[in-house]
Amino acid sequence: MSPLAKLLEAALFASSRPVPLDELRALDAEASPEDVQAALDGLRAHYDDPETGHSFELVEQGGGWQLLTRAEYSEAIERAQLAQRPQRLSAASLETLAIIAYRQPIGRAEVEEIRGVSVGGVLKALLERGLIDIVGRSEGLGRPLLYGTTSAFLEQFALRHLEELPRADELAIALRADPRPL
Amino acid sequence: MIAPATTQGAAQDAATAGAPATFVVELPEFSGPLDLLLSLIRDERLDVYDIPIARVAEQFLARIQHLALDEAADYLEMAARLLRIKAQLLLPRSGDEESWEDPRAELVRRLLEYQQIREVVEHLDRLGEERRDRFVRGSFAPMAALPAGVPPLALSLTELLSAVDRVLRVAKEPTVHDVVQRALDVAGAITSVRGALALRARTRWTEVVGADAEPWQILSVLLALLEMAKLGELRLAQPKPFAIVEITRESAGEAA
Repeated sequence: MSPLAKLLEAALFASSRPVPLDELRALDAEASPEDVQAALDGLRAHYDDPETGHSFELVEQGGGWQLLTRAEYSEAIERAQLAQRPQRLSAASLETLAIIAYRQPIGRAEVEEIRGVSVGGVLKALLERGLIDIVGRSEGLGRPLLYGTTSAFLEQFALRHLEELPRADELAIALRADPRPL
Repeated sequence: MIAPATTQGAAQDAATAGAPATFVVELPEFSGPLDLLLSLIRDERLDVYDIPIARVAEQFLARIQHLALDEAADYLEMAARLLRIKAQLLLPRSGDEESWEDPRAELVRRLLEYQQIREVVEHLDRLGEERRDRFVRGSFAPMAALPAGVPPLALSLTELLSAVDRVLRVAKEPTVHDVVQRALDVAGAITSVRGALALRARTRWTEVVGADAEPWQILSVLLALLEMAKLGELRLAQPKPFAIVEITRESAGEAA
């Protein structure tokens, strides 16, 4: 392993959140962005190596890089009651998140129109969990709040960025002219 | 699991539900009226683009009553919408075919839009499941900071107020302590510690200070021990925080 790779590993090991690329680059002023990328790829390959590999993997998600234990260990860890898998989101939460992810910035009334139910409670819960945030106010009557998804949302679904969600025209039912994520 | 209820004849009024149904906000299998409507359309193998609205409206009403959802406003609103579309379809059209818009169009658009969202939800749910299987650093529950079994403080407001009252009443009369000069007896304490160490090379704080010792006696022994440790007569050690202090005779100090 190169000294740069080891340096990046130290930072990734010390962090419990995804580490953005610019933070990783700041560790070594001498290293070029290409060097950092190469070192990250090297680390990933090193952890994935069938011979000398590790029980954790290097994942790019939620706006940064992060070490995560591999899926095959989750059951044993949970059975030993050492850690709990995060709670699965309800259908109501997922529907609301999906709408916000595709249509942000979007107001409460629009979300309710699409879901056909009132979403006040769900929005509050999603705000509290940091999965959505208030991103502004609409120009419309009463200037309602507008919501958008956060980097915690990306992390929760191991997404690098919103563009990784299926595009509208990739879905079985294509609608509206362009409900692409912003 | 739900037997499709077939109501023949005119659409029932949604408000005439027999027994007051328990209010169910959301059954796990339906996340809203659009979801219920879609499942209805699937079960009946209907064409979304050409919904037989009279039949669907009746089925929908029957189902929300059956599922005790007819008190949930969101479902009722959808029922009302269906009935309105049905009524609009029954109205005679004015001759102009061109400008006529199918009253079902808006509902179809919403159903398709909702179906698209459901597709994204399935995708997100899958991604979420995969992510939940992988732990980040710091996932383990922290060690308990407090010893378990400390009961939470339970207080009623009246108890709190009377406690405050008691404190205030006492506070009005400042207590004056009589400070009595009491000389410490360090020399005496040194003698008794030496006596204890003469019998055994090791002893403990609790053995050189009696359980019912006065504060001046405790202080005397403490100073005596520190003095003797300084002179190299004994060694003081505490194996861990709050453990009882151990006193060991120093062999060099025996001559002293």
